[in-house]
Parts: sequence; structure tokens; C-alpha cells
Amino acid sequence: MIQVNQLTKQFGGAVVVKDLSFEVAAGAVLGFLGPNGAGKSTTMKMLTGFLAPSSGSAKINGFDIQSERQAAQAEIGYLPEGAPCYEEMTVYRFLHFIAEIRGFRGREIAHSIDRVLERVSLNAVLDQRIETLSKGFKRRVGLAQALIHDPRVLILDEPTDGLDPNQKHQVREMIRSLSDEKIVIISTHILEEVSAVCSRAMIINKGEIVMDNTPEALAELAPEHESVSLMIQDLDPQEVASALSLLPESDRVVLDPDGRVTVFPKSIGSPLLGAVQSLVAAHEWRVVSMVQHRGQLDAVFRAATEGGA
Amino acid sequence: MSHLAVIFKREFASYFVTPVAYVFILVFLVLSSAFTFYLGQFYERGQADLQPFFNFHPWLYLFLVPAVSMRLWSEERKSGSIELLLTLPITLWEAILGKFLAAWAFGGLALIGTFPIWLTVAYLGEPDNGAIMGSYVGSWLMAGAFLAIGCCMSALTKSQIIAFILSGTTCLLFVLAGFPLVLNFFEGWVPVMMLDLIAGLSVIAHFTSISKGVLALTDLIYFVSMIILWLFFTRLMLIIKSAD
Repeated sequence: MIQVNQLTKQFGGAVVVKDLSFEVAAGAVLGFLGPNGAGKSTTMKMLTGFLAPSSGSAKINGFDIQSERQAAQAEIGYLPEGAPCYEEMTVYRFLHFIAEIRGFRGREIAHSIDRVLERVSLNAVLDQRIETLSKGFKRRVGLAQALIHDPRVLILDEPTDGLDPNQKHQVREMIRSLSDEKIVIISTHILEEVSAVCSRAMIINKGEIVMDNTPEALAELAPEHESVSLMIQDLDPQEVASALSLLPESDRVVLDPDGRVTVFPKSIGSPLLGAVQSLVAAHEWRVVSMVQHRGQLDAVFRAATEGGA
Repeated sequence: MSHLAVIFKREFASYFVTPVAYVFILVFLVLSSAFTFYLGQFYERGQADLQPFFNFHPWLYLFLVPAVSMRLWSEERKSGSIELLLTLPITLWEAILGKFLAAWAFGGLALIGTFPIWLTVAYLGEPDNGAIMGSYVGSWLMAGAFLAIGCCMSALTKSQIIAFILSGTTCLLFVLAGFPLVLNFFEGWVPVMMLDLIAGLSVIAHFTSISKGVLALTDLIYFVSMIILWLFFTRLMLIIKSAD
């Protein structure tokens, strides 16, 4: 359980994070979304005890990040932005160091490393210096060090940034595979990532939460949600459009130059698709294509953060 | 093993993964010997002691110690690993001391490497071994004071070069504090008591008796306080700098 209460951070005169309050329960994968400079990283730095908040508080599984910093930090596995680590060390020595700092002793150290290697495949490069590794492997080293103590809270700052599509997929699979009782917070500006792994998405803009819901619920806010596009053969699209605009469920109709007609519903959950189908049947139109759209986070994100940093 | 020991171990080992450590020790040995035998006229003096050797240590440390200390925090800042280190469940003191002690131990190792000079003087005459031992300890303490200064300067900046210059300059001020160059600047407009205090901060003043093999309590207190003070400053800088 993470409890954040009116967390605020100012740098000089600028307020980077403003009165942030939220709770995350075990089992949640929370995605922080926001344009660059929205305060995602700063929030994560405060949650992990790297930055002291200007005001407000955060509790990690009951431990206050300021007054009980070490106890709180022991609960957390953290991947800072860009996955920094001690590059002159070999992967094995580095993980060994982290395991020792995390309190493992003797044989436990090897066990903890073995356990993390089952999740994050690094076996091939264990004895290589980290500075010689590719970006994908470096990111994996960063993930491995965050996971080594099997933390109950995982905070990952842009875990897939700069990875190729395969590597992104692997990291997402890994995040999904983390057991249900953990809390995972990831920050990203890749929207598909949120839909792919998060159970909850929080859009942050200029240091404030502007939206907080499941990715599906957020996507439903997109104007194109449940709109229907269709193409009819051998018929003037203008005629189709005017017929569609007469439907009681139709809010507005948009005509594309390629002849595709899209009708937007008045409200979510309206029987627009059924109405369009009846209309098609009644006129005996020959349908080339008919698609009902699902809302995309992109549009919601842009609407919520437009004019942002 | 405590957090402090784990950090110490990692830091100390990190000196030896690159050739830097070996180059440093080599340069230190070559320069300290060159100074002793040529500038210090070790043979010509005809005395069985190591004064010519130790006399040059403050000047040698002036640029060699900042070369060791400059990376302590600057490198962590630059690579971002400071964020990793300081979000591990350790205290800030454990991190500061672990790093400082590793650097100090490394300095000690370089100092131990000069033992052939001791052997030489012991072969040529009958030196006061106790005095030489005392000078070694004093020299190591002085290195610690310089390192603590360097540690603080390194905590200030991402750039190792800036850290090097800042620590070199600060160390130089402390070395020269008893010299007319610095004292003349203050003379006339600060109270005499202040002037005495500034002169009292001089590294040379405190090291002169040490280089002769006299390990006085006041000199020990001076160097130890310098270390403690500058490590406190380091902590302060890390806290202040992490805010922006």
C-alpha cells in the first residue's frame, strides 16, 4: 500500500509537483503518464526517498519515506531513469553488491542472484563489464538490481525507454508476470504500454493529476470511442452521410475524402452500431467495410495535456 | 557485514578495475623519490632520516589527492548512479564514510609503497624508526584531510575537472595559510586574533613537526578535525545539491 498525501516539490520558485494525493493498493500496476517535465520522475524520486518533498508526505507499506526512510526504501525496488549503475563492474559483481547492501549474507546472495536471473535473462553476460553491454542488457541489469530482494513495491522510471520492440515486449511480459501482491508503478510516455500492462493509469500534467482511472475507462473518454465508420459501394458518400445524420443516436457525421463515412454517437453505450446496421439493411447498401472504433488513449492524453510543458 | 563495509569494499575494488590506480601509485612513487633525492638532497645532507622525503608531501598531495577524490561523487552525479546509491536502504553517512575510507585506504596503500625509501635510509644509517613511523602516520592523516576537502568539492559538481580544480585550490589555501602570501592579504584589516587563527590553520605549520617525526597531539587534533569538518560539509552539500 502506497499512500501519498499532498506531496509537493518546488525547485526555486517553480512548482514541479503540486499537492499530489493518491493511494495504490497491492496488486495494482499504476502507470504514470504525462508529457516530459510533467513531474513524473520528480514524484518517483520523492517516493523512493532520493528527493525530499517541499511539503506533504508519502508512506510505503506504512513506512514514512522521510521519518522512516531506510525501512521504506527496503520495501522498494527502484529503476531510476536511464537505468544508471556502476558501469565499471561486471554484471555479477554489481548484483552481488546490491544483494549485500540489501542485507543478504553468504549463500543467500547467490540464491538471490539466481532467483533474479530466472526472471531477467542475463546469464550470457554475467562476467562482462556493464559498460560493454548493449542498451537492452543495461536496462535488464537495472531491472535485475531492482528485483533482487523480491520487493513488494517496484518503481520503474521509463523501463522500456530506448529498447527495441522485442526488448519492450520482454520487459512488459516481465512486469505482467510479477505476482499479484506487488505494487508496480511505471512512468512512461508510450501510451500503448499503459494499455498493455497497467491496471490503472494516471495522467499527470504540470505536477497535477488530471485523470486517474483504468486505461479502458480513460480510453472511453476519447471522442472516437464507439464511433462507426463505413464504406458503401456504388453510392455517393454524401447520401450515406445525410442518411446517417438522421439517426437519433448520431451526434455528428464526418466524411473522409476516400469515401469513408464516420458517425459519432451522442453518448457512450448507445445502440449506434445496431442502428447503422438496420439502416444498411433497410437501404440494401453494399458494405465494403464497417468498423466500430474503440477509444485510443492518445486522444485523451492530448486533450488532457494540451498546452502542457 | 555492515553497509559501510559493503560500500567500502566496492569503492576500494573500483580503483583497481582500471589502470588509473596503478598509474597513480607509480606517479606517486616516482615523484616522491625524485623530490627526495634531487630537490631534497637526501644524500648530500648526510643524515639518516626521511625529512627530505616527508617535507614534499604537502606539495605532492596538493595535486595527487584531488586526482583521487575528484571522482568520488562527481562520477556518481554524472552517471546518475547517485540516485541508485541513495535510494538503497543505507544512511548518507554510510555512503560518505564508505567512499572516504576507501579513498583514504587507497592513499595509505600508495604511501606504504614508498617503503624502499625507509629501507634505503635504514641501510645507510641508523634512523629513528619511531620518528619515521610517526611521520608516516602524520602524512597519512594529512592525506585524509586533503581527501575530505576533495570529497566535499566532488559532491558539489558533476564535472570531475571542476572538482579537481576546486579541491586543489582549497588545499593550496590551507597549505599556504601560514605563508606571508596569505597572511599579508589579511594583515591590517582583520584582528590579530583572526590572523593567528588563519596562520593556525596552516597545513605546513602542522606538518613541519610531523615531518621531523614529532607526532604532537595538537597536530593530530588538527588533521582529524579537518577530516571530520569536511565530511560534515560533504554531507551538507549532498543534501543541499540533491534539492536541485
